[in-house]
Amino acid sequence: MQLIINMVNKNITITLAHGSGGKLTHELVQRLFLPNFNNDVLSLLGDSAILNINGTKLAFTTDSYVVKPLFFPGGDIGRLAVSGTINDLAVVGAEPMFLSAGFIIEEGFEMSLLERIVGSMRETTALTGVDIVTGDTKVVESGSADGLYINTCGIGIVNDSINLSTSSIEIGDKIIISGTIGDHGMAVLSERESLGFTPSIKSDCAPLSGMIKKILASGAHIKFMRDPTRGGLATTLNEIVNTQKYGTVIEEQAIPVNDGVRALCEILGYDPLYIANEGKVVIVVSAHDADKVCEILKEDSLGRDAAIIGEIIPEPTGKVCLKTVIGGTRILDMLVGDQLPRIC
Amino acid sequence: MKYIDEFRDGAIAIGLSKKISSLINGHDEITIMEVCGSHTMSIYRYGLKKLLPSNIRLLSGPGCPVCVTSVNYIDTAIAISQNTSASSNSGRDVLITTFGDMMRVPGSSSSIEKERAKGASVAVVYSTLDALHLAEKHPDKKVVFLAVGFETTAPTIAASVIEAERRGLKNYFVLTAHKVMPPVMKALLTDKELNLDGFLCPAHVSTIIGSRPYEFIARDFHIPCVIAGFEPLDILQGIYMLLEQIVKKEAIVQIEYSRVAKREGNPTALALLDKVFEPCDVEWRGLGFIPQSGLKLRSQYERFDARTVFRISDFVVSAQSNDFGFQINSAICNPQSAINGCICGDILRGVKTPSECKLFKNICNPEHPVGACMVSSEGTCAAYYKYGE
Repeated sequence: MQLIINMVNKNITITLAHGSGGKLTHELVQRLFLPNFNNDVLSLLGDSAILNINGTKLAFTTDSYVVKPLFFPGGDIGRLAVSGTINDLAVVGAEPMFLSAGFIIEEGFEMSLLERIVGSMRETTALTGVDIVTGDTKVVESGSADGLYINTCGIGIVNDSINLSTSSIEIGDKIIISGTIGDHGMAVLSERESLGFTPSIKSDCAPLSGMIKKILASGAHIKFMRDPTRGGLATTLNEIVNTQKYGTVIEEQAIPVNDGVRALCEILGYDPLYIANEGKVVIVVSAHDADKVCEILKEDSLGRDAAIIGEIIPEPTGKVCLKTVIGGTRILDMLVGDQLPRIC
Repeated sequence: MKYIDEFRDGAIAIGLSKKISSLINGHDEITIMEVCGSHTMSIYRYGLKKLLPSNIRLLSGPGCPVCVTSVNYIDTAIAISQNTSASSNSGRDVLITTFGDMMRVPGSSSSIEKERAKGASVAVVYSTLDALHLAEKHPDKKVVFLAVGFETTAPTIAASVIEAERRGLKNYFVLTAHKVMPPVMKALLTDKELNLDGFLCPAHVSTIIGSRPYEFIARDFHIPCVIAGFEPLDILQGIYMLLEQIVKKEAIVQIEYSRVAKREGNPTALALLDKVFEPCDVEWRGLGFIPQSGLKLRSQYERFDARTVFRISDFVVSAQSNDFGFQINSAICNPQSAINGCICGDILRGVKTPSECKLFKNICNPEHPVGACMVSSEGTCAAYYKYGE
């Protein structure tokens, strides 16, 4: 037994699975980053850090975008880089205010493509009233990067009355998803692999701050929100209940999935529950306000397929249970490694 | 969605579940093997075991192509990717192309995924035509396709070889480890530890080979066979059909998956298989060598054979395994399994379940699989791990 453990450790190198947002990413964070950067703010592992500065609650977040291809149905790396960071601010209850943009560009990259991408960033920020107020440009030699990477950081202000936390979640609270799942991941995959799937699947990549502002302003008792990006809905739900004194049960039939996404997932052997979204939010809300929140979401074009998909239950603690379409029940685990297309 | 939702109807599932329970109420325990990994996955994914009475025991069979791919094969593929083979001029000019779920299968000390992280050129493809396309696009590379899988995938590899020949491609090669189902099913029937009452035969393999190749199982071994689709209602209906035969003490081959599978199979695909491949002995991970259970390229297609081109003879352990011959028994397991306590072999034969393995969920998990049953999403251990048991 000792032999294997040594063998496994000796062979550890970073693989793509460490960046998939699933278990290996969590391990990397828990075992390397948290112990080294140890502080009370980081250890909360929120989508944004919430900093109390002279009585103002400031939300601060960063994200790097390495999507390939740079352009995909429904968006591009620029729209994604702005939306993703705005969403990380919005889901902690912040009003996004300012962004930074850092560009790492490979020598030889076409100027016209960069112009399109920057134009797309401008349009996306204009949708939300957020400004890009600082930035950085680095060019690396050909072969040292894959075209273009973008990093964005964002800051926003959290209203004093808002206090979203997994610790305020109670048994009986409802889980809402703001729309269909898996669109972004399957759109990018389909484009990257030139699968020629028609009609093409469109990414849901969009800034959600406007829609989220409406539900926060409604007075509904919202307990917690998170955008189910890498690792998909299943991973986000696990992050919510993980180590908590409650669990959750989700109805498979209630989860909205576009037909195109479903079909492509069936063909490749993927589970849409684990596919990335870039324009969706998971909301935990008191049962009493669930319908109201759902209705507000449905009035927004980004939330028209919103649905109540499950609730918080006392047992099994820390677990996500899925009621299958035919009435069986199973545990939904976090994504382990990247999903891989199967042989047959 | 058409052809999906109809076969996942909860009300019909409950109805079938009740029919199954009343049919074998009070009957002794009945053991059914679902041969194919996709059946196993579906059974767990939809929680089907909870809809079946306690006197039905479902065993997972060896029908997961990734799981039965030998350590030796992975090591060979890695050697080719690194060019530590006998060929002196290939260097890192090799591009390995593979279906995705082969990436994490453990070899003796590494995997394709780990080798990619260390610099090997590896491309995940969705079709052999993608691999051909890569060969055309990179004439300076030797593009090697990892040709694993059963009768379902083998025709597409056969087609790629014929197409490569037609296009005059000189840099496309296949590393074959194709396997065929009927011989391993026969081998399982000779296993004294297994007392099977019926086979749920693979769906997609049967769309190619039809139902005839299973007829000896019903005739010679008196074991009922039903070819069933992979959707939950297909599986429940398939089990019901098997139970009807068992209760009546009949043994025939029936097709539940009649919307796709026919008795004669797919003659075009079969002709293609026969043109390009011939049967050979092949190593199954955990089961050892089973005579005539594999497919290799016929001699006229030898120039597409990666083993020939890279001068690799990977079946070096055959002398040891040949001692066991056709008979499968628990003594046959690959050397790695013997050392580290992995019981993939017993799991693939259906005589043990993952929870009986001391490595399961302990040091063997989907991030760090020890045995191949943990790697593929269709592997029994992966199914147990993911969906719980």
